[in-house]
Amino acid sequence: MTGSLLFEAIVFLAGAIICVSIAKRLGLSSVLGYLLAGVIIGPYVLGFIGEEGQDILHFAEFGVVMMLFLIGLEIEPKNFWKMRKTILGMGSIQVVGTMLFSYLLFTMLGFDWKVSLVFSMAVALSSTAIALQTIKEKGLMDTTFGTSAFSILLFQDIIVIFMLGSIPLLSNVNLDSGAEGHSETASLLDNLPMGFQTLSIILSVVVIIVAGRYLIVPMLRKVAKVGVRELLIAAALLIVFGISYLMEFVGISPALGAFLGGVVLSNSEFKHELESTLEPFKNLLLGLFFMAVGASINFIVIAENPLTITGVLITIILIKGFVLFITARLFKLKLNQNLLLTFSLAQIGEFAFVLLSFAFQLKILEQSQLDMMLVITALTMSITPIIGMVNERFILPNLGTKESIKRPMDHIAKSHKIILVGFGHFGSTIGRFLRSHGVEATILDHDANRVDFLRKMGFDVYYGDATRLDLLESAGIAEAKILISAIDNPRITREVIKVLKKNYPHVELMIRAKNRYDAYELLNLGIENIYRESLETSLTLAKDVLSKVGFRKYTLNMQVQNFIKYDEESLRRLANENNNEKNYIFKARHELEQQEKLLVQDFKRGIVEEEHHWDGEHIREILKDSTA
Amino acid sequence: MKKILILFSHPHFEKSRANKLLVDRVKRKDGVTLVDLYEQYPNFHIDVPAEKELLLEQDVIIWHHPFYWYSCPPLMKQWIDMVLEFNWAYGPNGNALQSKICMNVITTGGSKDIYCSEGANGFSVNEFLRPFEQTATLCGMTYYPPFAVMGTYKLSETDLNKYADKYEELIELLQDNMPAPTMKNYYFMNDIPQLKTDAI
Repeated sequence: MTGSLLFEAIVFLAGAIICVSIAKRLGLSSVLGYLLAGVIIGPYVLGFIGEEGQDILHFAEFGVVMMLFLIGLEIEPKNFWKMRKTILGMGSIQVVGTMLFSYLLFTMLGFDWKVSLVFSMAVALSSTAIALQTIKEKGLMDTTFGTSAFSILLFQDIIVIFMLGSIPLLSNVNLDSGAEGHSETASLLDNLPMGFQTLSIILSVVVIIVAGRYLIVPMLRKVAKVGVRELLIAAALLIVFGISYLMEFVGISPALGAFLGGVVLSNSEFKHELESTLEPFKNLLLGLFFMAVGASINFIVIAENPLTITGVLITIILIKGFVLFITARLFKLKLNQNLLLTFSLAQIGEFAFVLLSFAFQLKILEQSQLDMMLVITALTMSITPIIGMVNERFILPNLGTKESIKRPMDHIAKSHKIILVGFGHFGSTIGRFLRSHGVEATILDHDANRVDFLRKMGFDVYYGDATRLDLLESAGIAEAKILISAIDNPRITREVIKVLKKNYPHVELMIRAKNRYDAYELLNLGIENIYRESLETSLTLAKDVLSKVGFRKYTLNMQVQNFIKYDEESLRRLANENNNEKNYIFKARHELEQQEKLLVQDFKRGIVEEEHHWDGEHIREILKDSTA
Repeated sequence: MKKILILFSHPHFEKSRANKLLVDRVKRKDGVTLVDLYEQYPNFHIDVPAEKELLLEQDVIIWHHPFYWYSCPPLMKQWIDMVLEFNWAYGPNGNALQSKICMNVITTGGSKDIYCSEGANGFSVNEFLRPFEQTATLCGMTYYPPFAVMGTYKLSETDLNKYADKYEELIELLQDNMPAPTMKNYYFMNDIPQLKTDAI
């Protein structure tokens, strides 16, 4: 039944769609849905997916790489630097503590010390994919729990390099014969002395940082100028693939490399563009990854040894949970944050698959030992989301200490409250004035040349097309209070408005209008704050002309304000009439008619209303009348 | 209950500790309309017809402002100049404000002991406010003595809160239709020292 690529794709996609929607309907995390889908389509239930599950797992690990790249994008280098204490402190306590306890456990179960050591390394690592996906899905990335979990996972990504490096030391087998198939073992540098390896690792990190700034960003600018949307998608994928390849080449975890690449690019104008482009790929790949994990649970191994496996499984989760709890205690997390952390990282992660297979290739582990640990790993990954759900549903609500999710973040740069779209001459003036008041807007512009130039001037400008909802979302539209449109093209402005009115009606819109006619259409779209570029500047000029022919400036100032007031009123009145006219064919003539109507109105009402305040003539008139 | 209009004018409201407390205390009270003139007319372009219409609905008009150079900030004066029109507020047919109550609520940086014949400012606050008193009188309004929060630079948060309490109390008294002589018996009305040479 298996074998056909199309058929497999159909199985995976259908499984995902059915199970994830059910999980979501029940209020569960999507991770659980994917895992369940994997179990169902896997070899032991429906049998749609057979042995190839393992290959799919390796392929889908790429989703984790993309996820870390995206997380890197959200962390600016200076914030990353601020997190160093949490990363090193919490990370090392968690890894060392877990390894110690689990090593004791495995030696007590009668395993050889080498086997116990490899097992304990595998156990110490948690699943970045499951934990971070769940955290992001619940929007908890900005809490102390979120950053702590992230710091620990990041430390694990770093420490896994040393673990992979040290495993061959436990083996008597020559590496070359066993090394095939898996990325980490395929590194060309394994045969070099340790010093060279370290050097090449440092070198490749430097390469990423330098390339990020001087190669990737200029490349993206060039691509953006071409103006073909799919080229940018290709470029985004190329970046992630390129970094991963380089990392695998020198033997670092590709996820860690991708994270670094993300951090380097987080300051660039393409941040939001990259985010919105890669997001769907990441989500699909991660889903595939979770399904592959579910499908790889070997129920035969469980059936052969149910008691041992259940016992070890529970003990491992207890050990991991206990160490995490203590770690969080030491770092003074509040109880509810602590429990969230404890339960979210208590599983064995995807790195275990790599470590264990590697140790198996080096003949440190036997087939049965490998099978047992793989099953346990997959089971912990499936069980911890359930425990986490129990924690959130039944334990946390009974605790008094609730931390508001809205709490301002310490580490990760948060989105600004104002979004400014269009940074031409009109928009940049707005941006400058806002900035002079310490109000920094998130700026979007679609002209790559301009973005490049403005960034050199120190503005926080991002490249992207604001009519795309996903880009607006990465720019933080969900938290934004105000969106300013300073877009030159009225058609694009209206598209942006329609997208926002539909999806984010709470955002206040402040819109530039080209002219009167444009303003009518905006009014009819329900926009209140309309700024006609042809109103105040023209009046300032007219005012200066009148001043030069002898009118007093103060009086003119007051009259200009009268004029604006009447004109705004008539604009709103005429907009309704405009709405009734369905036929826009004679647009030019129609506009002329409106212009005429205005002039007639001005003439009738007399825009320049006589001001009688302190007008001696006027007072004398009245006094004469009353005495007469 | 009498309807009260507070015309508040302060060009640097965001920097005023005292006025923030005072305004916050009274702005949401029932029957009180507070117009923040500098917020409403940042260009000094006062909407005279709208202001006139609003005045007609009121029983009590309070000019609330900091005491700048022994007078009010310029927009407050602009309001008086523009809104109190000849033949509407005063003049042969000007009786729109007839028998309404009018008073100033002010804040001064200097403490009350320098506002007397022997202090640095030479005159009492009541004397400095004569132009406002006469403006109200000419418009046929009854002018009440001012409520003054003095020495604001030296007042603590607690002191300022006490003044805010008193301001609130004053608003309630005005709403209850307290006649002028009774008003004068209240301590917050008379916190301006009696002068040796001049009796008010």
